[in-house]
Amino acid sequence: MRRRVIFDDKLLPYLLLAPQVAITLVFFFWPAAQAIYYSFYLQDAFGLRQTFVWFDNYRYVLGDPLYLASAGRTLVFSASVTILAMASALALAVMADRQIRGAAAYRTLLMWPYAVAPAVAAVLWLFVFHPAIGILGRGLRDLGVAWDYKLNGVQAMGLVVLAAAWKQVSYNFLFFLAGLQAIQKPVIEAAAIDGAGPARRFWSIVFPLLSPTTFFLLVVNLVYAFFGTFGVIHALTAGGPGKSTETLIYKLWVDGVINLDLGGSSAQSVILLVVVMALTAVQFRFIERRVHYG
Amino acid sequence: MNESGARTAWVPHLVLVFGVAVFAFPIYMALIGSTHDAGTIGRGGMPLYPGGLALENYAQAWTEGSGLRVKAPPVSRMLLNSLIMAMVIAVGKIAVSLISAYAVVFFHFPGRMFFFWMIFVTLMLPVEVRIIPTFKVVSDLGMINTFPGLTIPLIASATATLLFRQVFLTIPDNLVEAAKIDGAGPWRFFTAILLPLSRTNIAALFVILFIYGWNEYLWPLLITTSRSMDTIVIGITKMIGSGDAQTDWNLIMATAVLAMVPPVAVVVLMQRWFVKGLVESEK
Repeated sequence: MRRRVIFDDKLLPYLLLAPQVAITLVFFFWPAAQAIYYSFYLQDAFGLRQTFVWFDNYRYVLGDPLYLASAGRTLVFSASVTILAMASALALAVMADRQIRGAAAYRTLLMWPYAVAPAVAAVLWLFVFHPAIGILGRGLRDLGVAWDYKLNGVQAMGLVVLAAAWKQVSYNFLFFLAGLQAIQKPVIEAAAIDGAGPARRFWSIVFPLLSPTTFFLLVVNLVYAFFGTFGVIHALTAGGPGKSTETLIYKLWVDGVINLDLGGSSAQSVILLVVVMALTAVQFRFIERRVHYG
Repeated sequence: MNESGARTAWVPHLVLVFGVAVFAFPIYMALIGSTHDAGTIGRGGMPLYPGGLALENYAQAWTEGSGLRVKAPPVSRMLLNSLIMAMVIAVGKIAVSLISAYAVVFFHFPGRMFFFWMIFVTLMLPVEVRIIPTFKVVSDLGMINTFPGLTIPLIASATATLLFRQVFLTIPDNLVEAAKIDGAGPWRFFTAILLPLSRTNIAALFVILFIYGWNEYLWPLLITTSRSMDTIVIGITKMIGSGDAQTDWNLIMATAVLAMVPPVAVVVLMQRWFVKGLVESEK
């Protein structure tokens, strides 16, 4: 990344970097360092005294059945959101890629949910699936289903997955469509001449050629499901009923902000930090593409 | 791939129309909900067609926000908060990243790579994983319930810096040379050549970052406690409360619709740059 022709100025580059570096130091590195620091200490109930406890916070968190349950739940949630959002986006993109009339219109019509905030998506689906007033919620009850996501944890999880995935489909759709349009059409036509049917052409040619996009989206969707869905859960179920929709990020928020457990929540922060680093590393190592806008 | 002929040509349309319908369905219900009265909705008797109270509901949400059971600041106030937050974050991120990338690409100085990596590493520190300590810093700086507290900590951007660096690296050396021979200093080169050349990238990034700022949830939830600082996204969840059947759903749905209009308008009106920016900047 070295250019031959550059400007000579001793002070200017530092001034140009100053705003970004200052924000980075004060709001990124300092808090991250503090999270690591506090994760090794135990505070008393009044926050007056603290004792250095080595890895006790980590041992406690990782041995806590509630934490492990939340981790398992996060995996189920993330996998469901990712599969649902990616599979439906791929199906729609494949259809839109067939040069049918109105492809541009469909793209516009499928693009805009990207702009809807996760919390607002949650409010919309809540209104549809509310057991007493929602059109589908009431419909399910009329059909004899004991539908109440406020009482039934499995139903609550399903609703949170639906709202979270609904919002992510547009993003995946745009990437799949761009990936499909980059595939050389003669390759597919040659296969058609050789007698491969549509399904065969898709699974043996299109899908493999699409794998860089698929892999990239896989990581992006997992990151979204892990970290980007706090708003959906907070607005829709607040982690409930019980703890049935409490993912790791939600638990971190509850323990840190509501229960004010500084040591425990710091240890959770550091654990999640390691998860983010692993995901980012995977992404750069294997596909050299960036994750999300933050 | 058209050898199957007209017999199956309707299949893609069918799938796409179904997809569009699934996307549009909850929005349609929100629109309908915002045109009836709270009682009709609360009894579970809301029809599938619009009622006659659209004007009243939107006017009440816009100027008062609160209804019989819902307490909220006026939607106009919450929209203004969201607009300030989204604009400051989008413009701030772009400005700060432009000059950082400019420094890293067009100057050689001690510590250049160190600073570059320092910015790069922030990719791995999303706000979600450092909630409590970041909150403490903001509170120590006295920035709780202020717009600077709401925006400045989110203005650093590794992604935007990397993107602009990529753009700047494609600018041929000859162009820089020519500008220098013509007597352009660093500032003139930046404003007269770099900025115009990065115009489309700036537009694309603006769309994405505006949406990011508008939709940000956890940060305003943490930093603002005063209701007059509520952004629309936070305000609407507070209006819902525990989500009882008997609440002012008509006002909540009017608020939801108003909350979606600005970001959706930005995406749809700027879709040419948006798609380009989204797909290309992630490469």
